Amino acid sequence: MPQDAPNPVLRFDHVTVSFDGVPALEDVCFQAFEGESRVIMGATGSGKTVLMKTALGLQPPDEGTVYVFGEDISRMRERDLFQIRSKIGMLFQESALFDSLNIEENVSYPLLNQASIHCPPEEVRPRVEEALKFVELEGILEKFPSELSGGMRRRAAIARAVVTQPPLVLYDSPTAGLDPITAQTIMALVVKERDLNKTTTLLVTYRYQDGNLVANFRYNPENGGLEPAATNSGSSGTRTFFMIMREGRLIFEGSQAELEASHDPYVSKFVKQRG
Amino acid sequence: MLDFLKEPFIAIQEFFLLTGRALRNVLARPHYGDDILMQMDLIGVGSLPIVILTGLFAGAVMALQMSRALSQYGQVDQTGTLVSISLVRELGPVLTALMMAGRNSSGIASELGSMKVTEQIDAMRALGTDPIQKLVTPRMVATATMLPLLTILADFIGMFGGWFVARFFLDLPSQQYWSTVWRALEWNDITQGLLKPFVFAFIISLVGCYYGLRTTGGTQGVGRSTTQSMVAASVLILVVDFFLGKIFVASAS
Repeated sequence: MPQDAPNPVLRFDHVTVSFDGVPALEDVCFQAFEGESRVIMGATGSGKTVLMKTALGLQPPDEGTVYVFGEDISRMRERDLFQIRSKIGMLFQESALFDSLNIEENVSYPLLNQASIHCPPEEVRPRVEEALKFVELEGILEKFPSELSGGMRRRAAIARAVVTQPPLVLYDSPTAGLDPITAQTIMALVVKERDLNKTTTLLVTYRYQDGNLVANFRYNPENGGLEPAATNSGSSGTRTFFMIMREGRLIFEGSQAELEASHDPYVSKFVKQRG
Repeated sequence: MLDFLKEPFIAIQEFFLLTGRALRNVLARPHYGDDILMQMDLIGVGSLPIVILTGLFAGAVMALQMSRALSQYGQVDQTGTLVSISLVRELGPVLTALMMAGRNSSGIASELGSMKVTEQIDAMRALGTDPIQKLVTPRMVATATMLPLLTILADFIGMFGGWFVARFFLDLPSQQYWSTVWRALEWNDITQGLLKPFVFAFIISLVGCYYGLRTTGGTQGVGRSTTQSMVAASVLILVVDFFLGKIFVASAS
């Protein structure tokens, strides 16, 4: 890598992760730079979630090296990992809100527990309210996760992931199991978070339209909605790359145009032409 | 050839690693005092009804059955001695621990297991807390504090159950019953009766946490962990009880 190139926010260098000898990730290499969006697609069991957990240091790689913000986290002690993790937001597949805590306690959890977030006690509540306002979910501070609908839980989980304003956010299947309308709302929040806070975004999804939205739309702070990001010069305006996983291997990496031009039968299964 | 031994050995190793980390965390910061108090309430106060009932009937049935043996020697008036020794040395600690294994080992395993399969344990690590520090250590400390206290309670309630039988079914004078109960006990019995629940507390809490944290396979896996933790904790309690008893009998003679 040339010296003057910007440091990647996240870099996988020949990473292999196995469970009981069966590889879940095999020789995965990629790097994500600041402000980029990466859409990761693949069949179930292709290693997308493992990739996310490896990036977060929850799953140490068996071989290879993972760099987050330039630091090698592959063999880091859990205590030191907390420093790194406080700069990453993660939305888990099934939201993973703590059942025993109400929404306020859930969303304030990273503010109170993350290693390098030193949030003064009097600022916790305003920041929680702000995060919930961001996901358009207000007045439910006292409710417990079990009292909310699936879409509301997902939104509360996004609020928890971004309340510390991390520069890197990982979303594991944010739209899985949601109806199309709710899925659209959730994806709009993903784009909003990316564009307002300039975060680097990794998004795992099964739905091509989610990737398409991330690649071609941007948040308009004036009317609070999404608008096509395409500029007059024809470039899409967002730096979005697609990655396709198959049985633990990264078999495709490139822009949307390259993805749509691919003739690989597995890759093209995930692509629907823009309509 | 010895491959079949690999799995149990790895399990034992993992269990001891968890134990080590949970014990080390007792002194390490951050401390989760609120969680410890909440667990004390759940594990200790929540177990009061079953511990009281178990103790009461264990004492009563001991008095009832032992009077049959004692009557052969014309020593029914010594019922208090037997009830007292067997309660303080054995039945109090073991029955209380077994009830707690049924209630709390399985409860801990199912709670932590559900958290594991819904990725809440991962989320906890992602959000800056060590699950062992936050979940295992408070449960261990709470159980180790509450189980000896519950055992003392069970012992006294058991003696009361024995008194009820002695007074109303065996027609023994109350004063005689209580004085035999009191005189039967030696320091050795008391130490043993308090050390056992302390050791059992670690078995109950750590076995529950161990099975909970290694849960895989969705809700079905949670059910499996719950059952396994209760079975393992109960068997371990009885095994460890024998060896502790042996040590104390040997040291007393």
